[in-house]
Amino acid sequence: MSNEQIVHTGTSHGTIHGADDHGHGAHHHHETFITKYIFSQDHKMIAKQFLITGMTWAVLGGLMSVLFRIQLAYPDQNFPILETLLGHWAKGGHITAEAYYALVTIHGTVMVFFVLTAGLSGTFSNFLIPLQVGARDMASPFMNMLSYWFFFTSALIMLSSLFVETGPFSGGWTAYPPLSALGSASPGSKTGMDLWLISMALFVVSQLLGGLNYIATILNMRTKGMSMTRLPLTIWAFFFTAVLGVLSFPVLLSGFILLIFDRNFGTSFYLSDIFVNGIGALPNEGGSPILYQHLFWFLGHPEVYIIILPGMGMVSEILSTNSRKPIFGYMAMIGSLFAIAILSFLVWAHHMFVSGLNPFLGSFFVLLTLLIAVPSAIKVFNWLTTLWRGNIRFTPAMLYSIGFVSMFISGGLTGIWLGNSALDIHLHDTYFIIAHFHLVMGVAGIFGMYAGIYHWYPKMFGRYMNNTLAYIHFWVTFAGAYLIFWPMHYEGLAGMPRRYYDYTNWESFKMFAGLNVFISIVAIIVFAVQLLFLFNFFYSMYKGRKVASQNPWGSTTLEWTTPINPGHGNWVGEIPEVHRWAYDYGKDGKDFIAQTTPVGAGETVNH
Amino acid sequence: MMATVSDQQRKRIHPHKFSLWVGMASILMMFAGFTSAYIVKRNDGNNWLEFTLPPVFWYSTVVILLSSLTIFLATKAFKDRNMARYRVLITITAALGVLFTVLQWTGFEYLQNHGVKLIGSNSNPAGSFLGVITGVHMLHVLGGVVVLIVLFARAYNSRKKNYSTVPIEVASTYWHFVDAIWIYLFIFFNIVSA
Ligand code: HEM
Ligand SMILES: [Cu+2]
Repeated sequence: MSNEQIVHTGTSHGTIHGADDHGHGAHHHHETFITKYIFSQDHKMIAKQFLITGMTWAVLGGLMSVLFRIQLAYPDQNFPILETLLGHWAKGGHITAEAYYALVTIHGTVMVFFVLTAGLSGTFSNFLIPLQVGARDMASPFMNMLSYWFFFTSALIMLSSLFVETGPFSGGWTAYPPLSALGSASPGSKTGMDLWLISMALFVVSQLLGGLNYIATILNMRTKGMSMTRLPLTIWAFFFTAVLGVLSFPVLLSGFILLIFDRNFGTSFYLSDIFVNGIGALPNEGGSPILYQHLFWFLGHPEVYIIILPGMGMVSEILSTNSRKPIFGYMAMIGSLFAIAILSFLVWAHHMFVSGLNPFLGSFFVLLTLLIAVPSAIKVFNWLTTLWRGNIRFTPAMLYSIGFVSMFISGGLTGIWLGNSALDIHLHDTYFIIAHFHLVMGVAGIFGMYAGIYHWYPKMFGRYMNNTLAYIHFWVTFAGAYLIFWPMHYEGLAGMPRRYYDYTNWESFKMFAGLNVFISIVAIIVFAVQLLFLFNFFYSMYKGRKVASQNPWGSTTLEWTTPINPGHGNWVGEIPEVHRWAYDYGKDGKDFIAQTTPVGAGETVNH
Repeated sequence: MMATVSDQQRKRIHPHKFSLWVGMASILMMFAGFTSAYIVKRNDGNNWLEFTLPPVFWYSTVVILLSSLTIFLATKAFKDRNMARYRVLITITAALGVLFTVLQWTGFEYLQNHGVKLIGSNSNPAGSFLGVITGVHMLHVLGGVVVLIVLFARAYNSRKKNYSTVPIEVASTYWHFVDAIWIYLFIFFNIVSA
């Protein structure tokens, strides 16, 4: 399938300056290697920095999951290669319990924060906001650069924690006390946890700097004619993502500050009545570990939407473009994003039904949690109706977008089970949870990211990725994701708890031994296919087919009015004016009408 | 084709001021997090130490309110281009900011002397909360002092005449904001420990 078979209507070419024009931007200045690639203030380069860093962590995090899946599949076998790879963390070729917990913890932390937060919204908010609202750069390019370097430093510190003698933190990605508060609790709770906390604190700073910029740019730097209701849904999604981040990360920070005091200054915010083996009773009295859970999940739940909203925005855009139809229910899409953003602050205690939370209070959280299903369902219906009778082009980005919707439905439905506290008491902390959040957040999130990469790769690098490799990548990942996570529902329903090193001592879970082997093998295959993606990504950067026209997908949005390789400043000459919303596909018999096209004489007006 | 228009982008509110407002919302959420944690912990009733607030907090409250007045007058002086008056007023404001943190610190010592340990072994969360929350607030005040020092230095740099009122306006909004946060915290502590 050639990406160039798109019909151009000829109405959108107001700013074309020749197809292979290298944009020199309005602010052309001489750039050294350092200012261009390292301390760059160009939002497009910063986006690529976020992307590459995120991808690096995705590989590391994925590798960790392969390692702990090997343990779960073959708890009684030895693999000498593991000892070569991990040294004393896998003595005799068998991953130790301590290493297993560390792997699970760091896998969760980096996937949630570094890959699906920084790697996803960091990349695409940076890349698309100025391009799609019609701005030369972010409101503060300097702060934007700082945001990346805080993230980079944070990532480096997390990486360094893998190499300290007592190992990285191993108490779970949620870092509940007392494991996170007491150095004596486990090896990973020592230096590893200190580094984890420093890293996460820097990460919060990075998110705040980034989020502030995204909000300021969207609200203040739109080009002429770009009213809020003409914005593409991507931008709305990035906007709510940033608002969620700016309002919830500080609360996490307050939780971390109290944790730092408990760890280092002998306070007892989270600690009470503790007896440590080999040390005896601790003097700490009066604290409450539940307090930490409140502070953590007040961020933690909005955080899962911080992960999924950018995907929702990009998928809306890609589905509409590749169905050649306007998005169904544009205002409803914005409304449901808004509803999700508000509700996501009011449901955090559904992670704590079993923590001793007052059941009466819990029932309010049940109600609010189930309410989230309403805006979520609105979005799903709108995506499906956008596809309905569309003129669908199955580009790799489109497949990933459809995959996103599929995963979001499958994982979202189990959310409704979990939102009922009566069911959750049984399902909490079982593999059912792992299945739920990997489908709805993990896989859907990464699908959104892949969709975005495949769709905007031509804009990022001026070349296409290879379609054949992309199709193999999609189908294996799609089938693999279901094969890995679907069976976990059954394990969870049977009561198999999460976060255990070895299940062989449980008579009741012996029946899952074969299933666990199966899951692990599929996980390894899926991991291998991601390497294929990496190859495609880097190979295409240098050898991919060159983009020959400015607007290869026949899109309406502004980023496709820039030169094929835009310079810093994005547009040569003046920034185009916007005359209509972003979804005029198939209107009045035209394939598409770009946002820059003025409303014609007898045209039906909708926005 | 008339698709291009002037480069003029619409900036309804100065981007620095706007960023400040978003930043303040963020800081507010952090203190909301702290004080909600305080309430949750206090209400679980497990080993909560009741104590009275250090009286010196009343003085520090007066000091920070005064400093809000002086920075307000400083902004006015700047707008009137009365630079001598402006420099005096921001110096006073910064000094009041420092005085505020010193007074808060003596408040900590008062508690320590009255058997309320803020940190360390055998401290009670009630005291620790007060210490951490007011401590984090003090850092925000000191951050404001640093900003004022920068503005002060700029006002002396006569080579670069600067007529933009944005920096002092941003600084003063922030200053009023940390002032308001303290008033909130002070009322909060008085109510919850009453
Ligand atoms: C219909 C909407 C949803 C409902 C009603 C829902 C409900 C729940 C509930 C009640 C839990 C707690 C289960 C337990 O630990 O016992 C949970 C866990 C989780 N959910 Fe959802 N969910 C929904 C959608 C989502 C979405 C859209 C995401 C992410 C994008 C998500 C991510 C997660 C994560 C990450 C966890 C587990 C965190 C952990 O314990 O490590 N959920 N969900
Ligand atoms: Cu949640």
